[in-house]
Amino acid sequence: MASLISYLNLEEESKRKKLWKTGYELRDRNSRPETSWRSESEQRIYSTKLVDALRLVRRNPSAADMVSSFREIREAADRVLAVEAKGRTRWSRAILASQLRLRLANNMKHKRAKVTGCSRPKRLEKKRFSPTLQRKARLLSRLVPGCRKVSFPNLLEEATDYIAALEMQVRAMTALTELVTGPPVDRLGSTSNS
Amino acid sequence: MSSRRSRSRQQTGASRNITDEQIADLVSKLQQLIPEIRNRRSDTVSASKVLQETCNYIRSLHREVDDLSDRLSDLLATTDTDSAQAAIIRSLLSQ
Repeated sequence: MASLISYLNLEEESKRKKLWKTGYELRDRNSRPETSWRSESEQRIYSTKLVDALRLVRRNPSAADMVSSFREIREAADRVLAVEAKGRTRWSRAILASQLRLRLANNMKHKRAKVTGCSRPKRLEKKRFSPTLQRKARLLSRLVPGCRKVSFPNLLEEATDYIAALEMQVRAMTALTELVTGPPVDRLGSTSNS
Repeated sequence: MSSRRSRSRQQTGASRNITDEQIADLVSKLQQLIPEIRNRRSDTVSASKVLQETCNYIRSLHREVDDLSDRLSDLLATTDTDSAQAAIIRSLLSQ
């Protein structure tokens, strides 16, 4: 309530916008359910969608050379992972936004403006952290997509979710690879790879 | 999530301090995820170590995904598309 009153009393529109975004993110963060990357069903969903995406990759024979095919598979794997996060996390939104940006840049041959918001720098808790800790936090922020300028607690949360998602990605893709490598005995009774 | 948590970038209004306790909480959650630290379990791991190991772990996961993408791109290039993917889908559905 107090924040609403102070919101209305604000004269500067920019401050109002900042608070709006704050409120949005707070509400969003507090109310959204989290993805349980560890569950089998999530992994199955991911594997299925990844296979669908890979089928589209394969249909394009011009992606015959190794580099672009690797790129396409990596991007498909990341895209499907990010979509499964359902927009709840910053890293997933950042992955999708950057892929979109790349595609548009390639199609239109010019750079598109940044899609994600928060281009203003956020104030980090400078007093609190030693330089070593700050340095490591900065390293981490470069590894988690879209988290270069988020607050430290935010960064830790995003990293937590991101790691769980990556682990699932690895599990799913490993299983997929093993399947494609050729099951030693075809349990389903029909021939697959010979 | 705790409702008393607020954003440090909030310009006006309520207190915006993120407590040490909340940070320690998040750090310990992160700690649980990282196999390096989880396996060599000593209760006091510095935040700096957790951050370092987190970075290393994420990098290694990235490398694994790259490696798997590479292998998949090789495999899909050389195997017969339809039967391979049919087999995948069948086994996924039958689980």
